[in-house]
Amino acid sequence: MSATFVGMPAFPEAARAATGDAQLRHNLRRATHTIRDKRAAVVGELDDWAGLRAAGKAVKDRTLRHLDVYLERFEAAVTAAGGQVHWAADAAEANRVVTDLVLATGERDVVKVKSMATQEIELNQALAEAGITAYETDLAELIVQLSDDLPSHILVPAIHRNRAEIREIFRDRMAAWGAPAPDGLGDDPRALAEAARVHLRERFLRTRVAVSGANFAVADTGTLVVLESEGNGRMCLTLPDTLISVVGIEKLVPTWSDLEVFLQLLPRSSTGERMNPYTSTWTGVTPGDGPQEVHVVLLDNGRTDVLADTVGRQALRCIRCSACLNICPVYERTGGHAYGSVYPGPIGAILTPQLRGTGGAVEAALPFASSLCGACYEVCPVAIDIPEVLVHLREEVAGGAGHRAERAAMGAAGWVLGDRRRLDAAQRAASAARSLAPRHLPGPGAAWTDTRDLPEIPEESFRSWWRRRSGPGEGAR
Amino acid sequence: MRIALFITCLNDTLFPRTGKAVVRLLERLGHKVVFPEDQTCCGQMHYNTGYRRDAQRLAVRFVETFADADAVLVPSGSCAAMVRDNYPRLGAPGSRLDRAAAEVAPRVLDLTELLVDVLGVTDVGAYFPHTVTYHPTCHGLRLLGLGDRPYRLLRAVRGLELVELAGARECCGFGGTFAVKNPDVSAAMGADKARRVADTGAEVLCAVDNSCLMHIGGTLERARAGVRVVHLAEILASTEEEPARI
Repeated sequence: MSATFVGMPAFPEAARAATGDAQLRHNLRRATHTIRDKRAAVVGELDDWAGLRAAGKAVKDRTLRHLDVYLERFEAAVTAAGGQVHWAADAAEANRVVTDLVLATGERDVVKVKSMATQEIELNQALAEAGITAYETDLAELIVQLSDDLPSHILVPAIHRNRAEIREIFRDRMAAWGAPAPDGLGDDPRALAEAARVHLRERFLRTRVAVSGANFAVADTGTLVVLESEGNGRMCLTLPDTLISVVGIEKLVPTWSDLEVFLQLLPRSSTGERMNPYTSTWTGVTPGDGPQEVHVVLLDNGRTDVLADTVGRQALRCIRCSACLNICPVYERTGGHAYGSVYPGPIGAILTPQLRGTGGAVEAALPFASSLCGACYEVCPVAIDIPEVLVHLREEVAGGAGHRAERAAMGAAGWVLGDRRRLDAAQRAASAARSLAPRHLPGPGAAWTDTRDLPEIPEESFRSWWRRRSGPGEGAR
Repeated sequence: MRIALFITCLNDTLFPRTGKAVVRLLERLGHKVVFPEDQTCCGQMHYNTGYRRDAQRLAVRFVETFADADAVLVPSGSCAAMVRDNYPRLGAPGSRLDRAAAEVAPRVLDLTELLVDVLGVTDVGAYFPHTVTYHPTCHGLRLLGLGDRPYRLLRAVRGLELVELAGARECCGFGGTFAVKNPDVSAAMGADKARRVADTGAEVLCAVDNSCLMHIGGTLERARAGVRVVHLAEILASTEEEPARI
């Protein structure tokens, strides 16, 4: 479990390697287009999608506006139902709480439901340091864990792998983690799923502690909700004695009736299904049924800072559906690892720099990892205007120390463009020297001419033509 | 109708033929084009790259220059979207820029909106005997919502065979400074777009934004793909008497 995003290069450099990886490009193209098309089909069949989307946005905004109230209501409801709520200001605190809770059970193994919050805080590493082994049970997370890899997608963390690669991973690595892969394992998806089922089943039956996240947390009743496809989450949520859930504070919704909106928005946006196969809900402890010790760790880890930013706070509406990843032409060509965070793609490009700040090279590059094409905003089920937040974060980064040269160049361009006489003079100079224009530009300009020809500089600018045509004094209003 | 032309700094400097085509087309249709000479740049590059203050200065110039215009034609989808979509959130709420932007933004039109919605014409009497495919640029598609207007205009052009572009809604990878800040991804996106353009068998790729065309065209040309890129205005300006040179 040594894999980590720490120390990875910033996006442009990571993307250079990724765009050159033909196998990765092929895997990503196939996978993203398949999910993209499925989503478009199931979203297209609803007449009231725009209304649902507006409702999802409104519910999240209302909850975030009064988050303090809903969080306390949630805590009271969980406590009343026999669960225990813990508050964690940051990753270290959350990891410490979970580790202590596991150690207190005397167990040294935990099974995990797929969870972005625990990936964000790198819980598995923290548990390992305390001598506790966390076993991922989501099929894609299992693939990532077995291969000592990193997740590259929010919904499908092993999207960068094809089935031949998965077969290799199962064959070579399963035995080290538990039940080995069967002899003669092929790369048929059913055979691969069966191998994973056998491998995981004995783990479910043996392990007494589970760790999960939650897709939603209902404030009124203290209920946690997990949506999944495989049923492996349901195994973890029902079989163990102890269940610990790490939940970002933005996961709150006020009431069960608010869930109605999201249980329609999420599956259609994420897996492209009308309804996901398994929706599990639990409220504290039910005597004699399921885990008898239930903990909820409410995680801040930068979220209240995001909430304080009037433009950026809309990122907290995110329900982690991945529609923006699947539609993104940039993500499709780089995959998730290039984003240097467990949150890749367009939402990662606005979430990571907000949660971690823009001080580091990885974080500072992320707001620029987009052509601002707007496809992400178009598909977002809670209408996060990702391009708006990207530009907002670019302003923050561009004002920083790393951008002095660019700031000077932009200032100079602004000066030339700020007056028609200066612009006219620059255009005349360019036209006069047009025969000298090089085919390959030096310095930063090479980033253009390495792969693209330059347009020919015209003999005269439009304004010069207009003046000639209209005669002096004409046309100027 | 009297139409104020905002040529855009890129068209002004590098693609004057697009501006000339716009003028020829609108005059042919019986309208008067004016060119307020104080105009320079809408500030899109500065705004999108994170230089709001520079963008605000350019926006102030724009709204002052076009304060009296009834209709402002912007023959660039992304620049039109910059004014219409971003100007209203560029100035501080209640500031002079904010008020002026709210005034001028609704009068800003892309060429296809001006023709189809305001002037009520889809057959502009053009002649362009070539196979053409159309790339709906992201800002035209998603921010301006141009919809089928460009296709309706193209279908009415005599001699023109319009062929469908696969994956048309996908970004070409230009993205302004994105093209140089993330050159590898931009090139990868450009290569895919160029391949799909070439696959149509069209002689000409057209769009309503020369910035995207500069990127796709530069990619096609580097590959010697044998496809020309042309702004839609040049196709619509082309007639039997004065055909566009491609």
